[in-house]
Amino acid sequence: MATDTLGNQIVQPSEHGHDQGHDVQAHQHDHHDAGGMKVFGFWVYLMSDLIIFGTLFATYAVLIKGTAGGPTPSEIFNLPFILVGTMLLLFSSFTYGMAVLAMNDNRLGQLKAWLWVTFVLGAGFVGMEVYEFRELIHEGFGPERSGFLSAFFTLVGTHGLHVTFGLIWMLVMLVQLQTKGLNAITRPRIMCLSLFWHFLDIVWICVFTFVYLMGAMA
Amino acid sequence: MFGKLNWESIPYHEPIIMSVVAVMAVIIAGLVGWITYSKSWGYLWKEWITSVDHKKLGIMYFLVALVMLIRGFADAIMMRSQQAIAVGGAEGYLPPEHYDQIFTAHGVIMIFFVAMPMVIGLMNLVVPLQIGARDVAYPFLNNLSFWLFAAGVILVNVSLFVGEFAKTGWLAYAPLSGIDYSPGVGVDYWIWALQISGIGTTLTGINFFVTILKMRTKGMTLFRMPIFTWTSFCANILIIASFPILTATIAMLTLDRYLGMNFFTNDLGGNQMMYVNLIWAWGHPEVYILILPAFGVFSEVISTFSKKRLFGYHTMVWATMAISFLAFVVWLHHFFTMGAGANVNAFFGIMTMIIAIPTGVKIFNWLFTMYRGRLEFTSPVLWTLGFIITFTLGGMTGVMLAVPAANFVLHNSLFVIAHFHNVIIGGVVFGMLAGLTFWFPKAFGFKLDETWGKRSFWCWIIGFFVTFTPLYILSFYGAVRRMQSYANPEWQPLMIVSLIGALIILMGIACTVIQFVVSYRNREQLRDVTGDPWDGRTLEWSTSSPAPFYNFAHLPNVKAIDAFWEMKQAGEFETSRPPYQDIHMPKNTAAGPIISLFATILGFALVWHIWWLAIVSALGVFVSFLARIFNDDVDYYVPAAEVELIERAHHERLAEASKHDAHGNGRIGTMGGQS
Amino acid sequence: MSGSHVSHDDASHGSVKSYVIGLILSIVLTVVAFGMVMTGAFSTLTTVIVIVGAAVLQLLVQLIMFLHMNTKADEGWNLMSFVFTVKILVLVIGGSLWIMQNLHLNMMLD
Repeated sequence: MATDTLGNQIVQPSEHGHDQGHDVQAHQHDHHDAGGMKVFGFWVYLMSDLIIFGTLFATYAVLIKGTAGGPTPSEIFNLPFILVGTMLLLFSSFTYGMAVLAMNDNRLGQLKAWLWVTFVLGAGFVGMEVYEFRELIHEGFGPERSGFLSAFFTLVGTHGLHVTFGLIWMLVMLVQLQTKGLNAITRPRIMCLSLFWHFLDIVWICVFTFVYLMGAMA
Repeated sequence: MFGKLNWESIPYHEPIIMSVVAVMAVIIAGLVGWITYSKSWGYLWKEWITSVDHKKLGIMYFLVALVMLIRGFADAIMMRSQQAIAVGGAEGYLPPEHYDQIFTAHGVIMIFFVAMPMVIGLMNLVVPLQIGARDVAYPFLNNLSFWLFAAGVILVNVSLFVGEFAKTGWLAYAPLSGIDYSPGVGVDYWIWALQISGIGTTLTGINFFVTILKMRTKGMTLFRMPIFTWTSFCANILIIASFPILTATIAMLTLDRYLGMNFFTNDLGGNQMMYVNLIWAWGHPEVYILILPAFGVFSEVISTFSKKRLFGYHTMVWATMAISFLAFVVWLHHFFTMGAGANVNAFFGIMTMIIAIPTGVKIFNWLFTMYRGRLEFTSPVLWTLGFIITFTLGGMTGVMLAVPAANFVLHNSLFVIAHFHNVIIGGVVFGMLAGLTFWFPKAFGFKLDETWGKRSFWCWIIGFFVTFTPLYILSFYGAVRRMQSYANPEWQPLMIVSLIGALIILMGIACTVIQFVVSYRNREQLRDVTGDPWDGRTLEWSTSSPAPFYNFAHLPNVKAIDAFWEMKQAGEFETSRPPYQDIHMPKNTAAGPIISLFATILGFALVWHIWWLAIVSALGVFVSFLARIFNDDVDYYVPAAEVELIERAHHERLAEASKHDAHGNGRIGTMGGQS
Repeated sequence: MSGSHVSHDDASHGSVKSYVIGLILSIVLTVVAFGMVMTGAFSTLTTVIVIVGAAVLQLLVQLIMFLHMNTKADEGWNLMSFVFTVKILVLVIGGSLWIMQNLHLNMMLD
């Protein structure tokens, strides 16, 4: 059984041509080779999530002029603050990569340590976002103030919610690693969370570029 | 404590609603009583509610869809009878606020809770069998998807007697659906019913996308897949790509309504046109999600009963892909009149017309498949022929609507209503009823009665034309959609004709119900012993009827398109031959129904602003999901001995049948000999 | 089977080196983008082009270095589904903006 390394299937190159490659896959399923399929399915879910973000980006772009006498983007964005948050998320993406490398080498302790580091960085990012939102609401620039602010809070907030969910997931995985160790069930989950976490950093690149940087320029 | 909910929320002063509620209560009480009396709760729970078997889930989807079809059709009859009498100052029997709920509920129910579950149900029943798989990629998610869909169904039905439903039309255009113009809970029911069932649909899309890509049996290359699997594949891609747009759009409407945001409001920088734009960016792909699998059904039916390989298999696949792509570049044709300029309207008009080309390719493929085939006029074939005629007409009125200049005249008129019923009834409904008749034996082990099936077909097709031809005509005289009453008495005769048509369709539905009863009563005569009642061509017919829960004792080895046909030609039947091995299968799980139960309560609590209950049920969803995550005991092995028992029983039935049946078509003998 | 898995791990699954390279490139691209806007030293057009370019580059860097996207994994379906999603995004976002811009002008909302 190849189940112990299934989690890596998503990045495992196939030496076979299309048809043969498929035969192998079909045969593997006969032995219920579900781990790699989970990771692939999760990737497809991320694609659908990307469409949600795309819809929110499109709405933000349409509503950006709808400030209704309220603040414009350049009046409320604090770029140095955002840069710090961006760096936290970027480093957390890197540290999650280290976690996956540790998993590949079956170093459970290191894996858990890297997950904790990632968790702290991610929590820092969420904390900064919550602070930013609180400040804005405190100044009377909450999401109900204008179409622009509704779109801004929703787009950035949706990303923040995803990160928060990722943090909860990370805690769940830490518990599972503690109780179950590394096995055919936890490995694919660590890989799925890896995709999720890197994916969120990729979405963030679009957020800081199109929302914060472009907004601050105008 | 109970948010907006109080005794006034129950419309006990509305005799129509209360009588419907009474009837529903009697039916439900009867069902519950009967299940209790026959001590079937345990059986239901173990064999159906917690089942992860794709075939059973498919049957449950279809069952719910048929029940909801009756509910949605009751709305249709009410609308047609209202318009038949509410003329020249007469107000009919439905006041505007009730009439508005009815046309909204009719659209929502028919699309989301009839057409979608029929399509998804058929995919569940057929796709894994067609690709030679034992189950879908994620059996638990499949069960969860069904129950999330059921949660949406429950919310829509609860809205009937607790509160109200939306009065906004089925897509709840903003700002009408905003809190200022729809302060009641109707839109909230709409939001949560769609949002919860929509999550289920997205999960289904992902599930079947991966299933088709990853679970195909040996030798089943993409271009050997049956056409129904191909069209389902494309429909699932469309689900994955378009349903998130719906989710995001409804979420923004929700934020407008619940948190006072300004996405689609009139003031403070909102833009209601963006709502219309986004909802149709989902809405147009949605119609192809419904119609593509129906195309697949017709392809299977027509090639099976013509005893020929489908004409132009490859062009059929490419036409399906072309339609899937074009589905994403035409959405503006639903709002040509909103104010975009000539260039934008021209672009989307032309793109819309281009879709007619791959669709036309398909029509010719079906025609050429029949040409020089030995066509048997079974009821699935009748549905298919009826479809080809009806759908072609509907397609042509669609091309008319695609001309922006003509659209400015026809927009919001009964022409639009007649057009989309022309393609949805003629395409999706006919397709699903054809598919139901075609694959029924695979699900239940006996065929449906042909006589009543044909009667149903004739009622449906005649009823359709009698109902909707008058609406086409009336639209030229200026009749618009969604009229509770109208002034011009000259319209009334045609409105009455339209009502008569709806009653003929009602007879068609009645014929289907009678068909089930008659078929069940005559199930011994209609028994499908071989598993291959139609001399079929694809893998689902190579296993017994109903298929064993593991589908195939051995996964088949595919060498060509129409794999089972080729096997029969070569006299090879490997899927059932001993020796047998242990088979790895997923275990049933209570997680799906439990999570969905909490989701239903969550939706209800959010509709009524009962925040504590919302928090509790949200926690319930989370905890029951966690419980599932921490449960590793999710699969098991079916021992080879059990497989042998099941397969041997099948072989014995085959041998018995070939002994009794003097005309046994050599194949039964062959198969018996194999065992 | 397991043997072949192990032998591919380094090549396909990244190494410390590839993650470090990815991290450094991402930092540089982020800092360049923020720096251009925060100093305001360049014209608007130049700045927009550079920050969008930096974003696209960083997307590619992370897709390749962090997500290890390639044409081979899962028979290329990973990449294919991503490309398809990007296509849908271009159609839906681009189309929506085109439509809404057109409506905006025609309805004289300003």
